[in-house]
Amino acid sequence: MASEMQCGVFHETYKSDMQVRPTTMQRARIVLAIVFALALPFILGSVEMRIVNGVVIAAIGAIGLNILTGYTGQISLGQGAFLAVGAYASGLSSVYFGFPWWLSIIFAAFVTAAFGMLIGIPSLRLKGLYLAVATLAAQQIVQWVIINWDPIDGAIDGRTTDALNIPNALLFGNPEWRLNNNEYAFYFLGLAVLALVVIAATNLFRTHIGRAFVAIRDQDIAAQVMGVSLFRYKLLAFALSSFIVGLAGGLMAQYSTAISFERFTIEVSIEYLAMIIIGGLGTIGGSIYGAIFIVLLPELLRLLGRAITGTDTDSIRAFNSLLPFLQQGVFGLAIVLALIFEPEGIQKLWRNIKDYFRLFPFRY
Amino acid sequence: MDADLLLKFIRLTYTGFSEGALLGLIALGLVLVFKSSDVINFAHGEFMLLSAYVVYQVMLWLQGAGVTDLLLPIALLIGVLAMVGLGVLVERLILRPLIGEPVISVIMVTIGLTNILQAIVGAVWGVNPQSLPTAILPIEGRFEIVIEGARRPLFLPYEGIFMVVIVLLLVGLLMLFFRRSKYGIAMRAAADDQQAAMSMGISIKTVFAFAWSLAAIIAGVAGLLIANLTNNVSGDIDNVGLRAFPVIILGGLDSIPGAIIGGFIVGMIESYASGYIDPSLKNVIPYIVLLVILMIKPYGLFGQKRIERV
Repeated sequence: MASEMQCGVFHETYKSDMQVRPTTMQRARIVLAIVFALALPFILGSVEMRIVNGVVIAAIGAIGLNILTGYTGQISLGQGAFLAVGAYASGLSSVYFGFPWWLSIIFAAFVTAAFGMLIGIPSLRLKGLYLAVATLAAQQIVQWVIINWDPIDGAIDGRTTDALNIPNALLFGNPEWRLNNNEYAFYFLGLAVLALVVIAATNLFRTHIGRAFVAIRDQDIAAQVMGVSLFRYKLLAFALSSFIVGLAGGLMAQYSTAISFERFTIEVSIEYLAMIIIGGLGTIGGSIYGAIFIVLLPELLRLLGRAITGTDTDSIRAFNSLLPFLQQGVFGLAIVLALIFEPEGIQKLWRNIKDYFRLFPFRY
Repeated sequence: MDADLLLKFIRLTYTGFSEGALLGLIALGLVLVFKSSDVINFAHGEFMLLSAYVVYQVMLWLQGAGVTDLLLPIALLIGVLAMVGLGVLVERLILRPLIGEPVISVIMVTIGLTNILQAIVGAVWGVNPQSLPTAILPIEGRFEIVIEGARRPLFLPYEGIFMVVIVLLLVGLLMLFFRRSKYGIAMRAAADDQQAAMSMGISIKTVFAFAWSLAAIIAGVAGLLIANLTNNVSGDIDNVGLRAFPVIILGGLDSIPGAIIGGFIVGMIESYASGYIDPSLKNVIPYIVLLVILMIKPYGLFGQKRIERV
């Protein structure tokens, strides 16, 4: 039906016009991606799966941030704080209330959404840089509370460490499938949540709510003139975004045996911003590509370094002392180069590649 | 008892005042860049860090070469030159391609720069604090304040007051520069209206480069003052840079007096909060105050309200 060479929009019915993926190629690619995702655990060992699970959690968090920053244009330097609220809401509710893991993750999402709305209140009057620094304030305050407020961390179990220990979570009550121990069990859970989040987010931007978000990003005063209530939709953007980030935080908590403030610092906020910038602002696919890129980058550098240094112990030691700086420097460089040469990110590169093959042998 | 309380109050005020001067100086550099090129430079702390390390390294080399006279002036001169170079380089290579891009791109590019500079400093000089060969401000001594009934006298090092003097001196010089010199007036014109300034024959590119170098030099001075205060050069310097963000937002992003006054306000608040309530509050209390002030005045205390047209 759909021709091999697509050279225009030829929708004949409203139904086909409303489809998310109208062409055969697009559907084929999505099937391939699903097959690839399902096949991964059968190919990779548990060490690699741990990194893959990191990617899955990061992708969920990045989609959440992208709804707020990429689609609605509200810059947030407080992603780490939102993740922390999610993770601690999930962890504390399983410790104090004895919630099962699934309930604690849902609880975390709602708590984080409420927190996000609270942080979103100043956004009505603040814009751009002022809002960015206000979210930085949220980041600092949450971090301070975690470090200094005793009931939140080690005081519960009487240990001296500043970490919150989380009880074991079993998938379907099966003792084999411990979420924090069995990478494969967690992978399928994470993948399911990611799939739900992707479907929800993609469809969000086909509704009037999503379009209102984009209108606010492009020109908020014009949006207001057209009848978009800035207060309601900005708060809604904060709530929806933090809901998803809270899911990521909750998953993070249940995946770990212990959580502590080091995993929710300003650097984490910056990493997530880097994901959506490098992946592509205001795209769902871009959030995922960005998450893959940012999580894999330090690992790839490590592997590359190992390959270069070989087995010589002296050079391995020299390399190991240099590695953190190399990782940090390349991370920074990736952000700068992406912004200068491809501000629309990996998503745009990928689209260019697809267009090249789709239109071959013509240029456009 | 009362005397002790009074002494504590004097001590906290003194610390707050000198730290506030420092924060004001850092904020000044940030405001300068923002006013001229609409960029908030998250890498300002790293500029401070880098300048301290450069001066430290030059001092080491000079010492190794047997230079004893004029060690400090030469090192400072090279430090200033390095900062000018860095400012021009950053402006030219990184920020000029991003003119007209959205706010988030500009924020992120300076954050990327932060990571690059931190990585360079870490790779070259390591993570351990390095002690300076000679003190930068050769000031020894302290005030002694004795109040009857106090359990012990209060000692206040001279350094604190010197820091305030240096900062005020720099601000005075800058004021003079902006009011009297040709370049200063050109910069103000460019900040006011870029197109009008261009049509009057002012080169915006030169102005940008100038503003960035000036900000880098100010960052360098701040970095050296911190290094002098702690007597060593370490990665902690850029954390002080992070503390300047509440200051600029408090004072208003585009107001030079706002930066200085905001600096003093934040310095005092930090000092009192950590002295009277809890020392751990020091880093978080400016942000709490900031949130409250932003609720009332969204453009800070002295910031210019932007009028938008659709």
